[in-house]
Amino acid sequence: MAHAEGQHHAAAHHPTAAGEHHVEGQQHPLGIYFKIWGLLFVLSTLSYLVDYFHIQGYLRWTLIIVFMLMKAGLIVAVFMHMLWERLAMVYAILLPPLLLLVLVWIGAGEADYTFFTRNTFFGPAQAATAPPAHPPAAKK
Amino acid sequence: MTQSAATGTGEALPLAPGLEGVVADWSSDQRAFKKVPWGKAMMWIFLLSDTFIFSSFLISYMTVRMGTTAPWPNPSEVFALTIGGQSIPLILIAIMTFVLISSSGTMVLAVNYGYRKDRVRTVIYLLLTAVLGATFVGMQAFEWTKLIMEGVRPWANPFGAAQFGSSFFMITGFHGTHVSIGVIFLIIVAIKVIRGDLDNEKPGFMTGRKGNYEIVETMGLYWHFVDLVWVFIFAFFYLW
Repeated sequence: MAHAEGQHHAAAHHPTAAGEHHVEGQQHPLGIYFKIWGLLFVLSTLSYLVDYFHIQGYLRWTLIIVFMLMKAGLIVAVFMHMLWERLAMVYAILLPPLLLLVLVWIGAGEADYTFFTRNTFFGPAQAATAPPAHPPAAKK
Repeated sequence: MTQSAATGTGEALPLAPGLEGVVADWSSDQRAFKKVPWGKAMMWIFLLSDTFIFSSFLISYMTVRMGTTAPWPNPSEVFALTIGGQSIPLILIAIMTFVLISSSGTMVLAVNYGYRKDRVRTVIYLLLTAVLGATFVGMQAFEWTKLIMEGVRPWANPFGAAQFGSSFFMITGFHGTHVSIGVIFLIIVAIKVIRGDLDNEKPGFMTGRKGNYEIVETMGLYWHFVDLVWVFIFAFFYLW
């Protein structure tokens, strides 16, 4: 097997020796890149307009996340060629980041606790007597 | 060993598709990432680790923003610019976003022309990408200067919650560093291409491996990742 592997490498690095090189490289028609490029511009404009027209609340957050995930998906799938890679690599790269959701969960829990304690000890009732937790809090 | 003698050229066995292929690739007793150059697989693994770094920053930002009792500064107003006597919200950041997306577009063109061995076009698009990247960093420097002049510091700012400054400088600073390093490497790759190092298979510094146009794609992966991170920063820091 090692022998076969060696020959395979040799073929991949000598484009003149075999057509192998072109099979390995990511060669795609330019058209798809221009389409995705255009789509990314449209999606960026849309997400900017969310702010420009002052859309607030859950609609704002939903739109921001949707446009963000669509842009990220297009970049990874087409520009970074994930669409054409073998599943073994796609899963190896795209699944581990899901672990970050655990970190989000821990961070949110910790933040809720911090917010609760700050309100209890540095809240409006104590503002007159207790020194402010942060300098800018006094300036508001 | 008899099998390798029999096959000789390229892959010993046809690669299985789908989920069956995932299991076969990972248990194949060879390299797990088939049909991918070594350098590209390593770049992907580096980008995966970088994903965790940037995510840690963004999650810390979420935590301090949720935990503060002071009002969070409105990015729409903080990053507004007055153009022609009119205040346009977040306009600088929008322009930066378009500049970075354009640089991603020129990068895929460079990769494509690289595989076609079109040296001149590859270099033109690589340098165009570098110029757009440098433009982005320049605008970021302008943004930093503007905010520092207005009194934004990592420990305090005149607009609201103190954590705004630390999150801003940390996240955009780390991203800007990535863009700057990317610009330097784009120029290095462009020099290699125009000198013909990749056509002549000259090994690069720190390696004995022969040069080839796969390094343009590997460079592209890094560059698109920088764009990808900006998509998340734009959504979570500037728009939220």
